[in-house]
Amino acid sequence: MSKVNFSRRKFLKITGATAAVGTIELVTYKAYAATSSSSGSMSGANGVTGMSAASMANTQAPADHQWVMVIDLRYCNGCKSCTAACQKAHYLTEDQTWMSVFTMTDGLGKTYSMPRPCMQCENPPCLHVCPVHATFRTDQGVTLVNQGRCIGCRMCMAACPYEARYFNWNSSVSYPQLSVKPTPEFPVPQRLGTVGKCTFCVGNLNDGYLSECASGCAMGVIYNGDMVTDVAVNGNGNTVKLSQFLYENDAVSYKPSQDTHPRVWYILGHGQNLDTDVAS
Amino acid sequence: MVLLEDAHSTEDDRSNYNSYNDNSYNENNSDGPWLSEVKNAAMRSVRKKPGKLWWVTIIVLAAVIVAGLFAWIYQLKHGLGSAGYNDQAFWAVYIADVIAFIGVSYGGAVISAILRLTGQSWRAPLTRLAEAMALVTVVIGGAFIFPHLGRPDRILNIVVYPNFSSPLFWDFMAILTYMIATTIFFYLPLIPDLAFISRLFGDKKSSWQKFLYSTLSFNWLGNKRQKEILHRGLTIIALLIIPLAVSVHSVLSWAFALTSRPGWLETVFPPYFVIAALYSGTAMVVLVVAGFRRGYKLQRFITDRHFARLGYIMVALGLVYLYLTFADLVSEGYTGITTGWISETISGRYAIPFWFYVFAGELLPIFIVAFKRTRNAKWITIASFFVVIALWVKRLVIVLPPATQPLISGPWGSYHFTWVSITVTLAGVAAIPFLLMVMFRFIPLFSIEDMEEAGELGSVEQVSNHTLALSRLLKKATASSSNGKNPITVQAINTTEELV
Repeated sequence: MSKVNFSRRKFLKITGATAAVGTIELVTYKAYAATSSSSGSMSGANGVTGMSAASMANTQAPADHQWVMVIDLRYCNGCKSCTAACQKAHYLTEDQTWMSVFTMTDGLGKTYSMPRPCMQCENPPCLHVCPVHATFRTDQGVTLVNQGRCIGCRMCMAACPYEARYFNWNSSVSYPQLSVKPTPEFPVPQRLGTVGKCTFCVGNLNDGYLSECASGCAMGVIYNGDMVTDVAVNGNGNTVKLSQFLYENDAVSYKPSQDTHPRVWYILGHGQNLDTDVAS
Repeated sequence: MVLLEDAHSTEDDRSNYNSYNDNSYNENNSDGPWLSEVKNAAMRSVRKKPGKLWWVTIIVLAAVIVAGLFAWIYQLKHGLGSAGYNDQAFWAVYIADVIAFIGVSYGGAVISAILRLTGQSWRAPLTRLAEAMALVTVVIGGAFIFPHLGRPDRILNIVVYPNFSSPLFWDFMAILTYMIATTIFFYLPLIPDLAFISRLFGDKKSSWQKFLYSTLSFNWLGNKRQKEILHRGLTIIALLIIPLAVSVHSVLSWAFALTSRPGWLETVFPPYFVIAALYSGTAMVVLVVAGFRRGYKLQRFITDRHFARLGYIMVALGLVYLYLTFADLVSEGYTGITTGWISETISGRYAIPFWFYVFAGELLPIFIVAFKRTRNAKWITIASFFVVIALWVKRLVIVLPPATQPLISGPWGSYHFTWVSITVTLAGVAAIPFLLMVMFRFIPLFSIEDMEEAGELGSVEQVSNHTLALSRLLKKATASSSNGKNPITVQAINTTEELV
């Protein structure tokens, strides 16, 4: 692990590819992909792109899919229909914005909208601090919460640098009667006194459907991607080659200084200029 | 033998004292006047029937505790939201309570342990009260984990599915270990006293109380070998409890300092928490000692000097804590590498509680202890009261700003107290005097062994023996006078007591 981090930092130092937008810290996909291949994990030839040693260590046999998300900020108008779609599908309260849209300020002082799902970190801080292993990471690279085991200590909420976790504070919420029992993949209804978060709609993805936020976004901002098949698709049906799409659009990840290695990539737009950001 | 206090006490008290034979404490007539007095005073809480004030206090405290339990049941039903929590104020009052209560426990245990290890004979009348307070507060502090959790019914999951990389797992383990150590630390010096009480029941073989006391005292006889073993055991546990308590508070601090949140990710946190615990704990020792000193009229044994000494220790710890507070704020404050929690603490939404801590929890006690006029039991008790309150407030100021700060963008979160969280917290506060008052109905107020040792060592107590003899003479004079209310002798008795 530390070896990987070191080599990534070293790489960034050499290429000067550090990026920061205002107070946001970002790392480029280019740097990530290069480091991953330099650290000896599978890449290119068999189609697995940019899988770091961290994710490989957790997977005994490579899973069929390694889910990622790409968020194309160039087209996000901040309508929050992704949030609404997510809340409707998971019967969440208004405060529980698993997919949350933040209003950000860029280096030029302009504001832009940034949807924030769970980053599905390859090195998730929430997982390390959970005292009862209620948070776990699947072989598909998705971090989930077992609400049947969670003791509600909220240590994960303290540890998450992305504010991606939401607690079930009140019993007043009414849930519909559902035929299926709640699972970590589809934790509906939420349980009082436990923590919840974005699941990447991993059940949808495995069944061949898009996540609720991606299909709910009319602007086609949100892409569901798979690193194994190297494909990403958005709600408008636009299908791209994942690695190429990320590479050509200078995709970045959020808060790299936290060493979390997110599996959510952002494509910057709305006036932010990556070169300017590097200079600042 | 007649007690000095009798001169001031009510008729009720006097009849109580006369109702049992003082010689029962003087087992083989070998006790000196000092030891007799000690035994009389130490057994006051056990032998004296509780008065009206005791019952009123107990009932009021019990009512507060019951209200707190009710509030907790309400919270279990309606969720933590009813205690004012939300996604930005995800940690708030209950974790501050856990830290504050376990903190004062640490203070009690370590003050007692350090004074024991350094052979401070003046500690003798304080250790039992301090150790009992340590035990009671660690139990209450541990209990506050339950309202803190969203699903307290699943707390055993920590043992069933342990994650060794989680700071909370180690919190749990550290608190449990410390709880056991505190119990032993409280229990060991109690053994001779339990044996002493069991002997008071005389030869009544059938008495279940005698049976219980003698069983709990492991048939302590007080011979040289037993004393040696006990002494060695006490030294070991006193040595152990200091690093143990340091580890508890370090691990508690790492529940915060091992997250990436600005304001919690601080290298200063472990010592910061340890010193806060010692500081508030010393203040709580003063409060408990002051309460029992007044309630059971122990002024002869616990004097202004004791308060002054505790006051010095308290202020020294307070200054270290003030320094650590400054050290915590200055580096990020100076460089500006912060998300605003420092400015919010110093001049923003958390400024009032923060400056309350600085003035009431630091400057006030420093001034009270600094001036000779206020360096007495009354004022140091007032200072300690403010220290305990201010340190609880300070814990909230440590918990809330980094929790409620926005990590991405948007407004600050906020925590609002509700009747649930206030009632549950007050129940914890009320449980301290409640448990102590009930506990001391069954055990002596002092460790008689410690007091005997201190008496042999002399110092203050030797002087008090002389004055005691003087007062006894005066007392006899009073008794021999027609109504016992001769103003000159009463005044003389008062003067003698002040001398002591």
